[in-house]
Amino acid sequence: MSHSPSAALPVGHYAYDDVDRTFLKQRVAQFKDQVERRLSGALTEEEFKPLRLMNGLYLQLHAYMLRVAIPYGVLDAKQMRTLAHIARTYDRDYGHFTTRQNIQFNWIRLEDTPEILNVLADTDMHAIQTSGNCIRNVTADQFAGAAADEVLDPRVYAEILRQWSTLHPEFTFLPRKFKIAISGSQQDRVAARFHDIGLIAREGENGRPVFEVFVGGGLGRTPIIGVRLRDDLPEEDLIAYLEAILRVYNAHGRRDNIYKARIKILVQALGTEEFLNQVNAEFAAMDRARYRLPEATVEAIRARFGAPDFAPAGNAAEKLAAQRKADRAFDAWVHTNTHPHKQPGYCSITVSCKPAGGIPGDVTSAQMDLLADLAERYSFGELRITHLQNVVLGHVRQDALYDVWQSLEKNGLGEANIGFITDIVACPGLDYCALANARSIPIAQKLSSRFANADLQREIGPLRLNISGCINACGHHHAGHIGILGVDKRGEEAFQITLGGSAGDGDASIGQILGSAMSEDETVDAIARIIDTYLSRRTAGERFIETCRRLGTAPFKDAAYATA
Amino acid sequence: MPLLENGQIIQDTWQIAVEGESLPTGDVLVPLARLSEGLGRNSDARLGVVLSSADDVETLRDALPRLDVVALTFPVFRDGRPFTQARALREHLHFKGEIRAGGHVLPDQYEFLLRCGVTAIDLPEGADPAVWQRAHEAFTVAYQPSILNEQAEGFAFRRRLA
Repeated sequence: MSHSPSAALPVGHYAYDDVDRTFLKQRVAQFKDQVERRLSGALTEEEFKPLRLMNGLYLQLHAYMLRVAIPYGVLDAKQMRTLAHIARTYDRDYGHFTTRQNIQFNWIRLEDTPEILNVLADTDMHAIQTSGNCIRNVTADQFAGAAADEVLDPRVYAEILRQWSTLHPEFTFLPRKFKIAISGSQQDRVAARFHDIGLIAREGENGRPVFEVFVGGGLGRTPIIGVRLRDDLPEEDLIAYLEAILRVYNAHGRRDNIYKARIKILVQALGTEEFLNQVNAEFAAMDRARYRLPEATVEAIRARFGAPDFAPAGNAAEKLAAQRKADRAFDAWVHTNTHPHKQPGYCSITVSCKPAGGIPGDVTSAQMDLLADLAERYSFGELRITHLQNVVLGHVRQDALYDVWQSLEKNGLGEANIGFITDIVACPGLDYCALANARSIPIAQKLSSRFANADLQREIGPLRLNISGCINACGHHHAGHIGILGVDKRGEEAFQITLGGSAGDGDASIGQILGSAMSEDETVDAIARIIDTYLSRRTAGERFIETCRRLGTAPFKDAAYATA
Repeated sequence: MPLLENGQIIQDTWQIAVEGESLPTGDVLVPLARLSEGLGRNSDARLGVVLSSADDVETLRDALPRLDVVALTFPVFRDGRPFTQARALREHLHFKGEIRAGGHVLPDQYEFLLRCGVTAIDLPEGADPAVWQRAHEAFTVAYQPSILNEQAEGFAFRRRLA
């Protein structure tokens, strides 16, 4: 029997070769040189800032924060252990998974950073372009390559975009940051319409993919739903077309006001038609041969991805069914935390990083090591970080679920709340962030505790709750069914509630503000009353967002501001 | 001011048009507003134009065959428009002359500038050319095609940098 050539390749992400590794080491050396020039005074802080940001290093309220890239959210067990090592050695024993599928370390010393980047490079990781006015980490569907409803695996294209955008000579000093998301499923799990560019891939007529292209979406201060520029962009034009969009943006995006500098503002100012005309003119004028993405290139990248070698699952499904019958808590967890897999007898698991009363997205180094162990044992060594700040084990045999669940339970990762009200998305807020007006974490913890009861959560059903500590909206509050926005009310932290936002599934919408801001505790009580209103007014089987849309905000507003 | 070209520091022999004065006789760089005046000059001396980062290079299309230099200006290093201007001059307008970059530009941007078609840097006062040279040698690979048409490095879009 011949040895499979893909046996050594990591499952689910691109395998580096010597060229890529040399590049990473050169990047580390470059940053070391920049740090030395900063310390010697050859670089001013103003000049150093964008350079360190493009290596993921922020100066926050109390310390430097390092954001490490997890391209399209996929990493392997070895890489997860590197993250655990960094948390243990250079930070306070934990890390924070972000809404861009990356990880942040909150207590980093500047002088340790070149060494940390070196440690990351040893397992093919980096912090390149996790911040700065450049093309950021490309995000992808967390169930890519696994979901039963997937048309094609977007990760190969996310990797192509990652490589193309890495130290792009023309697009590294854009007017503002630039975020791209890609999905290969008609179920939009990446919030494509809330990105600077959102791509939805599907099979074209010639058997090669075509892309639906959305542009100019985003949250932040000015939430806007992206407009569709192309319905069927051919694969070979993917890079050329994105070049054209970025060129128009780089030349004409506003640079006089950082709050008006995102591409969405340019698209709005020009109007969709004029923006499209300019992109098309650029696309028509460019040297298309230079930027063509040939099938051979796509396949060469694809060949660097390992694929899971599924063993026949035998009677896994029956075994799982029996275990679910025997253990009600396990059954509830399977119900909420698993996702259908295209391979019979397998499924994807979403590991909740949202324990009752906990900090959304925070994971200890011991938990990271455990997740690495579980991935190695049960999921071909592959892990994914979701944009909802959880962790996915993509390919688990159904008869292994019980073992996985028990391990997770023992280590504080067994919460059965995916998609429920306590599966909260929150930014770091004023506990860390220099921009925040209010703390996001304590109110998230209070809400998580308030609704911790498993039966209550199940009764409430699917509900997205998002919290941002300021108007920059890193917690995506506009896209939450319930959104909470921290504001500064005469020197006090206060919170506004928005209702009716939605990020995906073809029904993207922006939440509406209910009314004036309230204190933390008042906000928690108000949300409890909003939930009571939903429970009493919903029709049979109606989800929270549907009731909101049917009734409008009025009854919820009355409930929120009702005082006893 | 010293010019950095192909890793060498050379003396800049070009003069810059002074506002309110008539154009000098030798090689001169004029602002876009005085381009027609420069083109109308009865002289064998060479002509170049200085663009601001907001100028559209398309306006040079007709004049370009008669220009030897296009000088791009970074008002601040974060203003990335000159990268697009340089690339468009090469890719769309097929300009073969010198493109220089001046103003507030960092050595850390040197490789990007070269790969967008810039050929000379108007070095800031007191700049250490060794730092620029080091920046140029920092990477041996790039991840996307550029107008320099570098040789492919293995597969995909990777390019070998000299």
